[in-house]
Amino acid sequence: MAKRRPTVREPRGQHGPAGEDAATDGGQRREFYRRMVFIRRFEERAARAYTQAEIGGYCHLNLGEEATVVGLMSALEQTDYLFTNYREHGYALARGVAAGRVMAELYGRRDGVSKGWGGSMHLFDGNARLLGGYGIVGGQLPLATGAALAIDYRGGDEAVACVMGDGTTNIGAFHESLNIAALWNLPVVYVVVNNGLGMGTTVEKASGEPELHRKAASYRMSSARVDGNDPVAVREAMLSALASARSGRPFLLEAVSSRLKGHSVVDPAKYRTREEVEALRTSDPVAALAFRLRDEGELTDEAIAEIDAEATSAVAAAVAFAEASPAPSVDTLFDYTYATPVPNDSRRLPGQPLFEPAPLPRIGADR
Amino acid sequence: MTEVDARSRPRPADGSDPGQAPSKVTIGKALNLGLRAAMERDPKVILMGEDIGRLGGVFRITDGLQKDFGEQRVLDTPLAESGIVGAAIGLAIRGYRPVCEIQFDGFIFPAFDQIVSQLAKLNYRSQGRIRMPVVIRVPFGGGIGAVEHHSESPESYFAHTAGLKVVACSNPVDAYWMIQQAIESDEPVLFFEPKRRYHEKAELDLTATPVPLHSSRVLRRGGTATIACYGPMVKTCLEAAESAAEQEGHDLEVIDLRTLSPLDLEPVHESVRRTGRLVVASEAPGESSIASEIAARVQQECFYSLEAPVVRVTGFDTPYPPSKLEEEYLPDLDRVLHAVEQSLGW
Repeated sequence: MAKRRPTVREPRGQHGPAGEDAATDGGQRREFYRRMVFIRRFEERAARAYTQAEIGGYCHLNLGEEATVVGLMSALEQTDYLFTNYREHGYALARGVAAGRVMAELYGRRDGVSKGWGGSMHLFDGNARLLGGYGIVGGQLPLATGAALAIDYRGGDEAVACVMGDGTTNIGAFHESLNIAALWNLPVVYVVVNNGLGMGTTVEKASGEPELHRKAASYRMSSARVDGNDPVAVREAMLSALASARSGRPFLLEAVSSRLKGHSVVDPAKYRTREEVEALRTSDPVAALAFRLRDEGELTDEAIAEIDAEATSAVAAAVAFAEASPAPSVDTLFDYTYATPVPNDSRRLPGQPLFEPAPLPRIGADR
Repeated sequence: MTEVDARSRPRPADGSDPGQAPSKVTIGKALNLGLRAAMERDPKVILMGEDIGRLGGVFRITDGLQKDFGEQRVLDTPLAESGIVGAAIGLAIRGYRPVCEIQFDGFIFPAFDQIVSQLAKLNYRSQGRIRMPVVIRVPFGGGIGAVEHHSESPESYFAHTAGLKVVACSNPVDAYWMIQQAIESDEPVLFFEPKRRYHEKAELDLTATPVPLHSSRVLRRGGTATIACYGPMVKTCLEAAESAAEQEGHDLEVIDLRTLSPLDLEPVHESVRRTGRLVVASEAPGESSIASEIAARVQQECFYSLEAPVVRVTGFDTPYPPSKLEEEYLPDLDRVLHAVEQSLGW
């Protein structure tokens, strides 16, 4: 691969609906807070819908990593690409995908971002350049690497952000992808959202190098670790990581935060000790930012309540949108198995015979 | 090279005290008891998988085993299926009998290379000098409201690979015995567990003599038509047979295949020679499947007995659909009965 383009664009970032006062430091944090609260309320509502059996399958929430999500997404340009895993509702929202369409997808409805086919784990939105949540650990990494190769091949100054959890750094696809990206100088930032737990197994019990960002060293790739509870720090770290990637030096960024609930909605997280549960209370990034903004006079209690009310009402609207959307029709079950009409493709409706019974043999007929 | 003694049949678990045996257990609990019995009997049995220790596995099949047998024998592994199976192969080379848990059916594919390229072939490649007593447990099939990766039926990929044994249990009694027999097997066994049936209960007699691992079983006698099935479809087909008896007066014979590779088709042939009609049911898509193989072999063996073509009732040839549509995708009682009607109406 050729060395990458020499021009490095100044990062602009702050993609998505910027608040009117986002230009100032306090304003930026207020805007981050708004977005974080929105994700928080969305995820809480999703959990409720799941327990009400409105959402099927598995449902993994961004509760506890809101600061990481909004910090990362604010650093991306609109033209950048995002690959992520199955814990991705917040990323879609922060990327500007309409909340109603995300919720409709969780509900498995036709107006969802994947027409109800993807569900919670497989959100896609080409306009937002969200190239997928992926339901299998490590599935997105080689693909993100390939998307970066495409950018490099075609020439362009976009970058790819590839988000994963801490457990992913132990699977083969992680190492294969980082090696290729480093070898070919691809414009990709691999982001490890380290919440300390792969389902119920701790990072220390799962990874020979528990300081996950150091794994980049094997590929002579630059890396950094950032406090995932601080959205401003995450944004800054991601901006430098992206700048590096755009100049042909892929980057591994590790953001450390906590997963406030179980691995998925159905996981009661009984593997946590009482002390660990207690410690979680102090590591809630949404509450922490609210306190800080209030202490520093950036937000009043009234303003905080107002932000909350706005988020709650926007989430309620998203739920109403999802509920009003029809479920996919059974006659579309075979659609898109292939991209084009394929001769002899088996297109059968449920209840239809696999094959029409053969005609009865004509015994004694002329031969 | 450590040679491992070939064993025939598992002995009853832990001192054979039926008083200690729970009278009714779920498939999940039966597997747990079977794993426990195998571990007590043979210190070379080692369990490994993601979150199987402290958490007891996503489906709690290994619940309590790490506590009782220690972290050395119940290994919480990193999230690395290829690494898990590959390491199990290495353990087996040195005489251990590892049992790997793959968390969900769709997660087996990262390990596919190790299974197909190494596990299946080492005994052949070494001309018998390296045995592979490895069991890979796979919760499989749909019906739990999940999506792709979590609801798949990949058994045909493995049945297609020479050197592997592939089995599927359908009830607690088989679950208890078959897991022990699989562990005692000197060949690699892909052990498929019907995850939507994990909570099905049955009486479990720990003192009973188990039927051999590689044998199919007639679960319901009948003369109208034969249904061959396995895994989660067994319950569906038994219910279909009850319904056909009540509603139509049909007397369907239901055979639980249990072993998918090698197949044990003699009971099926014997049955088809009496009934003249065969329906094969599976959740897996029909194309190039276990069901296809059975249809091919039965028409070869029972050609003059067949009154109708063998009918397959299977999942459709699409990727696994979203949860809102999986009821339409999975063969249910109606589709099984429809297939029986097709056969009878031919």
